[in-house]
Amino acid sequence: MGLDIRLPIGIIFTTYGIILILYGIVADPAIFISSMAVNIDLWWGLALLVFGLLMGLLAFRASPRFK
Amino acid sequence: MHPHFVDYLIIAIYFVFVLGIGFALRGRMKTSEDFFLSGRSIPGWITGLAFMSANLGALEVMGHAANAAKYGMFVNHFYWLAAMPAMCFVGVFMMPFYYGSKARSVPEYLRKRYDEKTRTLNAFSFAVMTLLVSGVDLYAMAILFERLLHWPFGASVVASAAVVAVYIYLGGLTSSIYNEVLQFFLIVFGFLPLAILGLKAVGGFAALKEKLPNPGYAHTWANIWHASQNPMGINWFGTIFGLGFVLSFGYWCTDFLVVQRGLAARDMASAQRTPLVAAVPKMFFPLMVVLPGLVAIALDPHLTKYLNGRYDNALPAMLGKFYPSGLLGIGLTALLASFMSGMAGNVTAFNTVWTFDIYQTHVNPGQPDGHYLKMGRLATVFAVAVGIGTAFIVLRFNNLMDYLQLLFAFFNAPLFGTFLLGMFWKRTTAHSGFWGLLSGIVAAAAHYSLYHYHVITYPSDMAANFYQAIWAFSVCVVVTLVVTMFTEPRKEEELVGLVYSLTPKQRNQDLPWYERPGILAIGILALCAVLNIIFW
Repeated sequence: MGLDIRLPIGIIFTTYGIILILYGIVADPAIFISSMAVNIDLWWGLALLVFGLLMGLLAFRASPRFK
Repeated sequence: MHPHFVDYLIIAIYFVFVLGIGFALRGRMKTSEDFFLSGRSIPGWITGLAFMSANLGALEVMGHAANAAKYGMFVNHFYWLAAMPAMCFVGVFMMPFYYGSKARSVPEYLRKRYDEKTRTLNAFSFAVMTLLVSGVDLYAMAILFERLLHWPFGASVVASAAVVAVYIYLGGLTSSIYNEVLQFFLIVFGFLPLAILGLKAVGGFAALKEKLPNPGYAHTWANIWHASQNPMGINWFGTIFGLGFVLSFGYWCTDFLVVQRGLAARDMASAQRTPLVAAVPKMFFPLMVVLPGLVAIALDPHLTKYLNGRYDNALPAMLGKFYPSGLLGIGLTALLASFMSGMAGNVTAFNTVWTFDIYQTHVNPGQPDGHYLKMGRLATVFAVAVGIGTAFIVLRFNNLMDYLQLLFAFFNAPLFGTFLLGMFWKRTTAHSGFWGLLSGIVAAAAHYSLYHYHVITYPSDMAANFYQAIWAFSVCVVVTLVVTMFTEPRKEEELVGLVYSLTPKQRNQDLPWYERPGILAIGILALCAVLNIIFW
């Protein structure tokens, strides 16, 4: 249908990844007591970022401009 | 649960994307086929994830987490016993008739196979059921908004309904499907950390088993032989035949909400792969739903610390306990995404059945295509408005899961009998389909009244639902057989493409082995058997 859904998915997950990583760095470490003393924002932010970039890459490779 | 600015920001970004997808697709909706069936143009992996996501509503996510807290690992049966065989069956055996007959909806297939009155009966019962179900997701969304933003319940219902209405109004089924794919990934990434953190908090899976209030909670199958030994009070017959066969096949094989995703696929092979692609994540979903429920009950066996006396709170309470700000935004977005995908699935199925099977057939036939496209948009607004009304009905019930299984036992269970006989036995006559379906629904109503007025009793409401499904299905099958014996069969040449024995078999020799539906289904069932043994 012309819209490659991987592109918006890539953009939103990359954005979420960056937000979580930044927040994980600047936030008061006391908030991570609830998450079993793991800085889960930082680590899960990295996971979201990797997934977002991967989806973006797949969308970019499939785009007519790339071909 | 105390969300901060960053959490609201994450939720706001989600709304921008969901509406953005609707606006991006607005110009592409030119014909009614574009709007209701996505022009039959979507790749199989996308329709597959949408198939999965349309089923991931409030009931699926919050309801099954609550059930896991209440009944333990028994809930795995909803996935490994109920969903897996039924999803493989619809992909391998039934999709060729749905997709191949060019029917635009499940009721339209019934008109081709049986007759107009069978279709009309199914169209009306499906429309009513869908509207009653769509309120559940709205209700759950509004509760979340109420707790989070402290908006009043009414305003929360209207606001969340408006977002769903806008993106379907603009982009039809395509918008709904594309959003469901986005929502699928948000749900997975939003709930996965809960499994990891929950296991860490209780000290691993072995420690979790020891902390459960009832050792039976740690088993899927071990306590099934006697009703008195398992927490749900259902024996093996009720579970395997009621849930594993009638209710599950009735839902996955005949509910237009999920079948519609397969019809949007771009070719037969993609349509057949749709439920099979969906089966793979579905198989592992207990990790994200059942596990948090078990953790909740292990940490709070008396429902006093986190659960506030209600099993339904299991999932949101665990999000609030384990997720710090930041990740909390992702978790809440995942919850919202699941409610929206569930609601949107109901709305797109309703507007199609209403427009094609009721409006175009009985109210105003023979109009130009653009007229029905407009009607589809109107029906979308109508469905959402009625959904708002049913959200207030749901507010007066206190048990979502029983409410829904009850509806399924009323409408889907007898329908599966009609389909099974119609697709796989060419002798089944046109009249028998209608009378079988009608008497199945009446049997379900009779069983429900007898149970409601305590003439017959069951150990739990869920057990009553399973047996109601068995009765409805059996009555439908028997009546269909009897009426068939006394009425004229249809000519065989009219049934080509509609009945199994009269349709040339699909040859998939040109496809590589990993794309052939039969081989995929065998692989899925083998993997599922392994999971059943591990968590016996």
